[in-house]
Parts: sequence; C-alpha cells; structure tokens
Amino acid sequence: MTNAYDIAHFLAGMMLVCSFTLLYQDRILAVLNTFAVQAIMLSLAVAWQGYVRNAPDLFITAAMAFGLKGIIIPVALNRMVEKLGIKRDVDQVVNVGVAMFLGLGLTSLALLLVLKVTPGAASFTREGLALALAIILLGFLQMILRRNAVTQIVGFMSIENGLILAATGARGMPLVVEVSVAFSVLIALFVFAVFLFRIRERFDSVDVESLDKVRAARAHR
Amino acid sequence: MNEAVYAVVGIPFLSAILLALSPSYRLTALGNVLASGLAFAAGLSFLALPPVTETYVILDDLNKFFIILNTLVGFTTSLFSRSYIRHEIETGHLTPLFVRFYHAMFQGMMGAMNLALLANNIGLMWVGLEFATLMTVIMVGIYRTPAALEAAWKYFILGIVGISLAFFGTILVYLAGQGVLGEGEAAMTWSELLKIAPQLDAPLLNIAFIFLLVGYGTKVGLAPLHAWLPDAHAEGPTPISAVLSGLLLNVALFALLRFKMLIAANPHALEPGPILITMGLVSLIFAAFMLYQRQDIKRLFAYSSIEHMGLITFAFGLGGPLLNFAALLHMVMHSLTKSAIFFAVGHVTQAKGTQELSAIRGLSVSNPVLSVALAAGVIAISGLPPFGAFMSEFLILTSTFAREPLLALAVAFGLLVALGALLMRLQDILFGEPTTPNHPVSAASAPIFVHLSLILIAGLFLPPAVVVWFKRAAETLG
Repeated sequence: MTNAYDIAHFLAGMMLVCSFTLLYQDRILAVLNTFAVQAIMLSLAVAWQGYVRNAPDLFITAAMAFGLKGIIIPVALNRMVEKLGIKRDVDQVVNVGVAMFLGLGLTSLALLLVLKVTPGAASFTREGLALALAIILLGFLQMILRRNAVTQIVGFMSIENGLILAATGARGMPLVVEVSVAFSVLIALFVFAVFLFRIRERFDSVDVESLDKVRAARAHR
Repeated sequence: MNEAVYAVVGIPFLSAILLALSPSYRLTALGNVLASGLAFAAGLSFLALPPVTETYVILDDLNKFFIILNTLVGFTTSLFSRSYIRHEIETGHLTPLFVRFYHAMFQGMMGAMNLALLANNIGLMWVGLEFATLMTVIMVGIYRTPAALEAAWKYFILGIVGISLAFFGTILVYLAGQGVLGEGEAAMTWSELLKIAPQLDAPLLNIAFIFLLVGYGTKVGLAPLHAWLPDAHAEGPTPISAVLSGLLLNVALFALLRFKMLIAANPHALEPGPILITMGLVSLIFAAFMLYQRQDIKRLFAYSSIEHMGLITFAFGLGGPLLNFAALLHMVMHSLTKSAIFFAVGHVTQAKGTQELSAIRGLSVSNPVLSVALAAGVIAISGLPPFGAFMSEFLILTSTFAREPLLALAVAFGLLVALGALLMRLQDILFGEPTTPNHPVSAASAPIFVHLSLILIAGLFLPPAVVVWFKRAAETLG
C-alpha cells in the first residue's frame, strides 16, 4: 500500500512541476508540450487511482485525459499557432523570478489550507487535494501573468487538470461529474477557438493587450 | 407523473438541437418562441405537482417558483428576441450567418439553467451553471466588435475562475458528505446532504463555503467580483442582457442559497450571514454610486442589477422568515422589472441607433409608448410605489430596522443614492429636444407590458395563495 501512495504522489507532484514549468516557458510550442506532459501525467494518475482502488470507471476518465488533452488539443493548438503565424515568444507580465516566487507562495498557501481543514480525511486524500489546489492556483496565476490568448487557454486547461485530479482524489466521486468536466473542456475549447479567430480578424494579433486598448477607451463609460 | 419535471429540461435541449439544424433565422425565431412557450407551460404545471425527490431531480417549494419565473421570462424574452433580431438583421448589425446558432444557444442556456435549478446533485447543478455561462459567453461576443470581444473575453476569463473555484468547493462538500454517507452518489445528493448536515465536518464545510461563495458570487455579480457584468450586459444583444440580469444572476444566487442552507444547518460551521451581509451591502452602495457616472444606457441598468443583487444577498444574509420572504419577493420583482426595462431599452437603442445616454433625449416626444414603458420600469426598479419592488424593498427595510437599525440606515442610504441617479437619468432620457433621428422600429411591446402589469398587480394586491407559497419557500431557507 505504501507503494500505491508513493506513485500517486509522484504523479501529482509531476503535474505540479509541469505547472511551474508552464509559468516560465517563454516559447509557445514549449508551453503546449509542457501542457501535454501535464495532461499525460494526469491520465497516469487517474489510471493509477483506478487500478489501486479497483474502480474501472476511472480508466474512462484517464483515457479521455490522455487522448483529448494529452494529444488532440495540444496538436490542434499547435496547428492553430502555426496557421495564425503567432510570434514564437510569449510576453510575460513580470519576470521569471517573480513568477516563480508567486507560484511558490500559492503552493504553500494551498498546502497549508487543505492540510489544516482536513485532519479527518485519509492522508491519501488530503495530500492529493492539496497538490490539486496548488495546480489550480498556479493555473490562475498563469492566466494572469500571460498576455497571449493561447497561453491563457493553456492556463485554463491546466486548471481543469487540477480539478480532475481533485475529483479523482476524492474517493468514489461519481463519474458523471468527470465526464461533464471533460465535456466542458471541449466546449470551452470551441469557444476559445472561435475567439482566437475573431480576435485575430479584428486586431491582427492574438495579444490580449490589444483588448486593453478597448478597455482603456471606455474606462469612464 | 413527473414528466413535467423532465420536460422543463428536455424541451429546451431538444429544441436547441432542432434549431441548430434549421438555417432560416425567421423559422428559428418562431421555433424559439414555440419551445419557450412549451417550457413555460410545463413550468406552470409544477403548480399542481407535489414535491419530488429523486436521485438526480428535486422539486420543492423553493425551486418551484424559480423554475416558473425562469420559464416565464424565457418565454417573454423569446418574443422580444424575435422582433429584436429581425431589426438587427434588417439594419445590417448582424448577418444571418452569425445568427445561425443564436436561437439554439438561447434554448441551450434556458435548459442548462433549468437543470441547475432542478438538480438534486451538486455536481449536476454545477454543470448546468457552467453550460449556461458558456452559452452566454458566445452570445455576448456575437456582434464581433472589438468592444464585444473584449467584454466576452473578460466574461469568459472571470467566469472560468469563478466556476473552477465553485467546482473545488463542490468537491470539498462531497468530501465532507463522504465522511458520513460513505463513497458514491449519496454524498453528492443535495437532499441526502441536507438531512445529515449537522454531522458534516465543520472545518471542511467552512472552507468549501468560501470557495463556493467566491465562485458562485462571481456569477451573481457581487462586488468586488462584478467586473464582467457591466461589459457583458452592455456589449451583448439586448435579449441576452435581459436574461443575464433577469435569470442567470438569480440561478447563481440560488446555488449559493442551497449551500447556505447546508452550512446554516450545521451548528459548528461558520455563520454565513455576516459574509453575505457585507458583500451585499458593499455591492449595493458601490453600484449605487457607480450609477451616476454612466454614459451608456445598458451599462446604467447593468449596475442597477448589481445594486439589486446586493440588496437581495444582504437580505438573505440577515435571514429569518420575514427577510427571506422579502428577498424572494424582491428577486421575482427585480427579474420581471429588469427584463422589462431591457426590452424597452432594446427598442430605444434600435430607434435611436445608439446606446449613448447623451444622445438619447426627448423620448416622450419621439416614442411616447416606449417612454411610458421605460418610465414605468425605472420607477418600479427604483422601489417607488405602486409597483411590486416597493413592497419588497419596504419589507426588507422595515424588518432590517427592527433588528439592525444601523445596517438599515446603510441600506436606506444606498437605495436613496441609487434612486437619485436613476430619476436624474430618466428625466434626461424622457424630456428635452430629441437630438438624434428616429429609426422606425417594429417593437413587440407585449412582453414589456405583460411584465409591467404583473409587477403592478403584485404591488397593489399580492394574492394570498402566492403569499402562503412564498412563506413556505422562505421557511425552507431557514
């Protein structure tokens, strides 16, 4: 059983590492690859849970995470980036050091918060939940720190990764929710894809900063 | 026996698929009206239904009236939407290509909201709200102007943050339930959770409530999480502004209320009241002041929605049978009034060709019918007699005075500030020289006057049956 425990934590930890990597990668393709790695780690983590707990329905979730977010979405976004001719480098609002520091702060916050309120739950659950919350918060941070629509999408999807990790960590949570989360990612991707093309069409750029000009223009309306 | 319960969710989703397949916007507009009418009929039949509790579906006094309100406003909005979209296409603001899926998404959103209201499973409730949000995001961006895209993007980002936090909160509630009910479906079932609420792990419940409050609170538009709301209301098509203000904010608040009931039933958990009171009061007063600087007519009424959601949240936060009753009543009055106002505003902006307040003047000369409708709406939403919102606001104020005089002073201050702003704006809009040319609009005034007469009736005489029903709903809230 200690083995099961170690492997689950290793996989969740790897996802967290990917979240940190997402924070400092400055090339779009590298960001997409890191996201794919995170999604594959998620699928392994979910599959491992399914195996350890003898819950075969979790394998469906794992397969979806692997196929959809590990392969299809990254490949599609890759194509989109090339088709749109988006510049290679990603603008960062703050420098890497500050981003890492903020990330560390959020991670410790997540750990302190979850470990403090769940003394009753099994340590398996509570530590998994703490890591999941850290991944979610880092996803938020990425959405805030990036100025590029594609990297914001990736930030959003890594939030979803964290949510699914949390949902599988909570033992026996019905599959209906996980399926719907995956489903919603699809819809959301559709929304994003539509927007990417529209923003491109309107502003000749996928840089969210061009939206800021609109925002400034109507600051006092 | 419970077919109506499934029909309320099934009709919109089914017709969404059918509408998506039909290419003619005239046909889909008609289909939209038809489907909304059927859903409303199904909603009305709930009046005759006894409470239902099944694995995935729950129907009690509380969500019964939310559903009826939802389907009613959905129906009237579909009527308004029909004339609105026709005008937008005729004037070239929208092309039929981009209206292609509009009606399907409208039905999808209605179905998702009804699902969120009826769900007995907290995960399913979350799915309903998320789906409804995504549908509205697409519709807010439908004009594809830079401003509309910016609004939709901001709405999407903030909506995602909110909905993610709410999901994490939902997982925490499941964990708390799992400690008592064991693994599986039961620990996510709302009715089961409520039964064993006193035994739930209090610290876990507390932290879950914070996540849920911030998550669903973003959707309610409570300050300081309201940033998406004015833009989304101003830049989207007006029928969407009407359902956003009239319905989606309500459904999000309803979700929050369900969790408030859960946490209030647990003696060791924190008091949700003071947090709700603070957020509500801050939203109310903040929005009241923001009303003064608006230069865009739709943004003006968007801030008014923040103000009223703040007031309602405040009243629920203070709680007790009387205030819960008043807050529920005010929710209904606000939904009906605000959607009527947006219907009128939609026609006004089409007639004047602008949303700029400075360019909309002299309405009483150029469009007498619309000016009467808008004036009645603004008077109603400001809480002046003889309309229904006067009664609910009066109830909230007097019962707050009886319990917390200082808080009541703050509420009264906020309401007065808002009243001043709205009346000042109304005067500018109605009187003076019409400055802009007047485009002819084929307005569907029926939805506006249906809503206005409903709130007028509620203000003059609230039928005893309705009072009894609302009282029961208020009691379930605790």
